[in-house]
Amino acid sequence: MGILEVKDVGIRFGGLQALSNVNLSVAENTVHAIIGPNGAGKSTLLNCFVGKLIPDTGSVMFDGQSVLGRAPYEINQMGISRVFQTPEIFGDLTVLENMMIPCFAKRDGAFELNALPNMMKQKDIVERAEQVLEEMNMADKRHEHAAAMSRGDKRRLEIGMCLSQEPRLLLLDEPTAGMARADTNNTIDLLKEIRDRGNITIAIIEHDMHVVFSLAERITVLAQGTPLVEDTPENIKGHPKVREAYLGESA
Amino acid sequence: MFGLDKKDTTLLLVVATLTILAPFLLNPFPTASGMAQFNAGYPDLMQRFVIFGIFAIGFNILFGLTGYLSFGHAAFLGVGSYAAVWMFKLFTYNVIPAIIMAVIIAGIFSLLIGFISLRRSGIYFSILTLAFAQMSFALAYSVLSNPKFNLTNGETGLQVYADDPQRFHHDGLPDLPHLFGLSMRSTYTMDVGAWSFDFNAGYYLCAAIMLGVFYLAVRIFRSPFGMMLRAVKSNQTRLNYTGLNTRPYTLAAFVISGMYAGLAGGLLAAMDPLAGAERMQWTASGEVVLMTILGGAGTLIGPILGAGFIKYFENIFSKINDNVLHQWFSFMPDGIENFMVFIVHPFVGKGWHLTLGILFMLVVIFLPGGLVDGGQRIGKWLRSRRGQKEDKTSGTTTPAE
Repeated sequence: MGILEVKDVGIRFGGLQALSNVNLSVAENTVHAIIGPNGAGKSTLLNCFVGKLIPDTGSVMFDGQSVLGRAPYEINQMGISRVFQTPEIFGDLTVLENMMIPCFAKRDGAFELNALPNMMKQKDIVERAEQVLEEMNMADKRHEHAAAMSRGDKRRLEIGMCLSQEPRLLLLDEPTAGMARADTNNTIDLLKEIRDRGNITIAIIEHDMHVVFSLAERITVLAQGTPLVEDTPENIKGHPKVREAYLGESA
Repeated sequence: MFGLDKKDTTLLLVVATLTILAPFLLNPFPTASGMAQFNAGYPDLMQRFVIFGIFAIGFNILFGLTGYLSFGHAAFLGVGSYAAVWMFKLFTYNVIPAIIMAVIIAGIFSLLIGFISLRRSGIYFSILTLAFAQMSFALAYSVLSNPKFNLTNGETGLQVYADDPQRFHHDGLPDLPHLFGLSMRSTYTMDVGAWSFDFNAGYYLCAAIMLGVFYLAVRIFRSPFGMMLRAVKSNQTRLNYTGLNTRPYTLAAFVISGMYAGLAGGLLAAMDPLAGAERMQWTASGEVVLMTILGGAGTLIGPILGAGFIKYFENIFSKINDNVLHQWFSFMPDGIENFMVFIVHPFVGKGWHLTLGILFMLVVIFLPGGLVDGGQRIGKWLRSRRGQKEDKTSGTTTPAE
């Protein structure tokens, strides 16, 4: 029984059957990659995990509880954090403030009218935020405006914000999309470090095979909205069906 | 001090000093001089400065922090005024219960409107609040004013009549809003040489309340709640996926700012026991938007500056008429004098809106951060000049920070 159990999920947008019969099980404390050609339904599937989309059929269970019909913030409070394809951070705020917000969410829940104390005097929150910034090697940037940073740093910050909440499941949507090679390698190293620290399950959607094969322990190949195969990276590499899905039948 | 850091304490003390000394600061010209018409230190106008300051401070908590632009905040001001006048009519002329009731009723009213309007964001939110405010205006102006059920007294405006119950009113108390017997109109006039300064009880009550709510606003700005509101403005998606429910945050900000507006409305009624529907009209809602943007949205002091600026224009520029203009230009030859009056005429008196509009455009284009932005730029410029001088005198160059 995995931490994330997807059963018979299907979703239709008008005339397009975006997903059908998706069955997937992500085992706890592993890195599970979902790959597939453009339009295979990877992002749609991920959106079903976080409350952005509700599938027409099937079920998505996280740690024995259904996530369907819950709002994104509720799902996050259950222990799922998500990293977006283009980094979603609070651009107008400083790096430290960016890091403090998820810490508040973790401590105080979805809403707390904490309108009188000074936020910088919330010792536990500031300490935790500083600690994560330290781990992310971003401590020197703590007073910078988040919007002014490079793409790679924004990504690093976003991942740090997710990790500060100690999620049980981290969802990554093409974390290296649009990145320069150096930034991509940095991100891979960071994710490896997180994986090796343990106690976290990572589900990653990715285009870049280099990223997938350096991180994943298990890979599901999605094509035209249905899982094609699920196997270890070694077996996936040479799998004829995968080659067919990616390169066309003649290959 | 007061749980604030050094910078904010300084700001608070500066604002406190300015409001306490306002009767002096706003009356810099001798009473008999030609410039006396630019004096703003008379009770009525000083009260307006601080009351609309409160209105704008509250509006800034919503607009400055969350970015939700409400075009209906005058409705809460109007509701506060009506609530206060009803307290006068039914119970007592004491202003304390009236002000408290104004805040409570405006809070309930903004909870209802906010709950519905905040289902949308951006322009749709603005339009929803505008629609609600205009509905409130229509209700106050005509619907809720009929012989069977007269809540607002329509066009005439709600006021206190001799046959109103006023349960706790008794002889010996002033027949005007008062604070435990101290009439809001009581004014002590101090004559110093050619100058004359007015110290008005109503003004100081409003000023004390404004300092209180300004302090509260500073605390909100620096609190975790305030940071969440800024996060709402910055990136709602990220906030949702970080486990925070944006809805109650925005609603709380909306209600708080609605209560500030209700407080301002209650104080307006406390200074002059009259509430009219025109207070709720969309132009009044637009005015507070102008105040906040002109002063600097999202800054602490900006809204107060903006409110003072606009109220000054409204009351001082609008009083300059052609006679005054002729006096000003009387030193010129006749033809040129008439020409100058002709040129300036559209911008003063009834045309003060034109001047305000031009100033607003200049501020928005050249100082996107409002008057506060302007102040900061001047401060930076002065500091850099001083820095240069010091560099020259010491003969060494220090690397820029």
